[in-house]
Amino acid sequence: MPHDHHDHSPIEIDEGMPEEAQVLSEALRELLIEKGLFTADDVTKQVAAMSKRTPGNGAAIVARAWTDPDYKSRLLSNGPSAAKEMGFDIGAAQLLVVENTPDVHNVIVCTLCSCYPVLLLGPSPEWYKSKNYRKRTVNEPRAVLKEFGTELPDSMEVRVHDSTADMRYMVLPERPQGTEDWTEEKLAELVNVDALIGVSTANSPV
Amino acid sequence: MSEHRFTVGERVKVDTRNPSGHIRTPIYCRGHEGIVERICGKFPNPEQLAYGKDGLPAQTLYRVRFEQKSLWPSYSGPSHDTIEIEIYDHWLEPAGS
Amino acid sequence: MKSYHDIGGEPGGEVDQTHYEYSLWELRVDAMLRLLSSKAKVMTIDELRRGIETLGEDRYDKERYYGKWAYSIAALMVEKGHITQNELDQRIEQVRERMEASL
Repeated sequence: MPHDHHDHSPIEIDEGMPEEAQVLSEALRELLIEKGLFTADDVTKQVAAMSKRTPGNGAAIVARAWTDPDYKSRLLSNGPSAAKEMGFDIGAAQLLVVENTPDVHNVIVCTLCSCYPVLLLGPSPEWYKSKNYRKRTVNEPRAVLKEFGTELPDSMEVRVHDSTADMRYMVLPERPQGTEDWTEEKLAELVNVDALIGVSTANSPV
Repeated sequence: MSEHRFTVGERVKVDTRNPSGHIRTPIYCRGHEGIVERICGKFPNPEQLAYGKDGLPAQTLYRVRFEQKSLWPSYSGPSHDTIEIEIYDHWLEPAGS
Repeated sequence: MKSYHDIGGEPGGEVDQTHYEYSLWELRVDAMLRLLSSKAKVMTIDELRRGIETLGEDRYDKERYYGKWAYSIAALMVEKGHITQNELDQRIEQVRERMEASL
């Protein structure tokens, strides 16, 4: 490894000395392009494609499921095909959508790494990958939910999903009260990434 | 014979073995019993894929539901709280074994 | 043996919810993984994970998400013979000099 070991600040990586990992990744990108494994253009296109994958995709799916019961049942039985119907092609990836009800609240974690439906929602939030989230969500989910402002009554079941293998998960939150006449577009605005992971519920209309 | 060794609703136990290498069965569920929640299909074995092999024959992947209180004796939530974990066939055995 | 990545149920502190915006280099690491696994088909996600699980605990704890990926991909590309460690070390030095000169 490089002997020139800088003490970097992980937050302000674009200022001052570059992170070791940044230097390594750039060296790797150049070499792999020279070896013909991909082109610079391939990388640029992948980055651009990834930037179009956002939690907004998940929110649009949720809003459709809230307004179209047939779509909802297709979504719960075959996530990838229901996503494709909405124009989101996740290729060969799996997607399992788990539904919140008045009795059950679902929350997603990956304790072994940070598995997440990246091809639908883009890269996961930093906290989802944090060791504290990965450690605690399995054995004290209610305490973790509380930190995100979500307090659930003991009458509800909290159901944790540890994403250990090939499935990728998204929560279908409950539709908030008072949104009966809302359009899909407006409903989608109530759903953020926290609700799709299940650390919170959909926002209530203000 | 069915294509899959266990059926939905069947009680299963996670193996307690502790091999080195790339393993997708978290330590915290090993040796515990739960119920098969669903069968996800067959997938190449990640323990082989991780070393450049083809992972075949593909393994049945189950989702197993555990009661939180059975995994964590000091679990502070209500007894109906659960956790579901994806576990490959070769990590499961019939309950009580 | 329990590996440093298998941490479900361990005691931990409050979850830091600070928003973090990925830099271009991190998004490029993501892109490289997808190209190497889906297009060039010279590695799998499972190999990426195995690489992360063998980075050593210090590096695992020190690096952010895509930093771990970068080190794992680099080690795999050397292991599979697509690049040599020597090539990589030399290029790292060149890239570092360029980056420092541009500061």
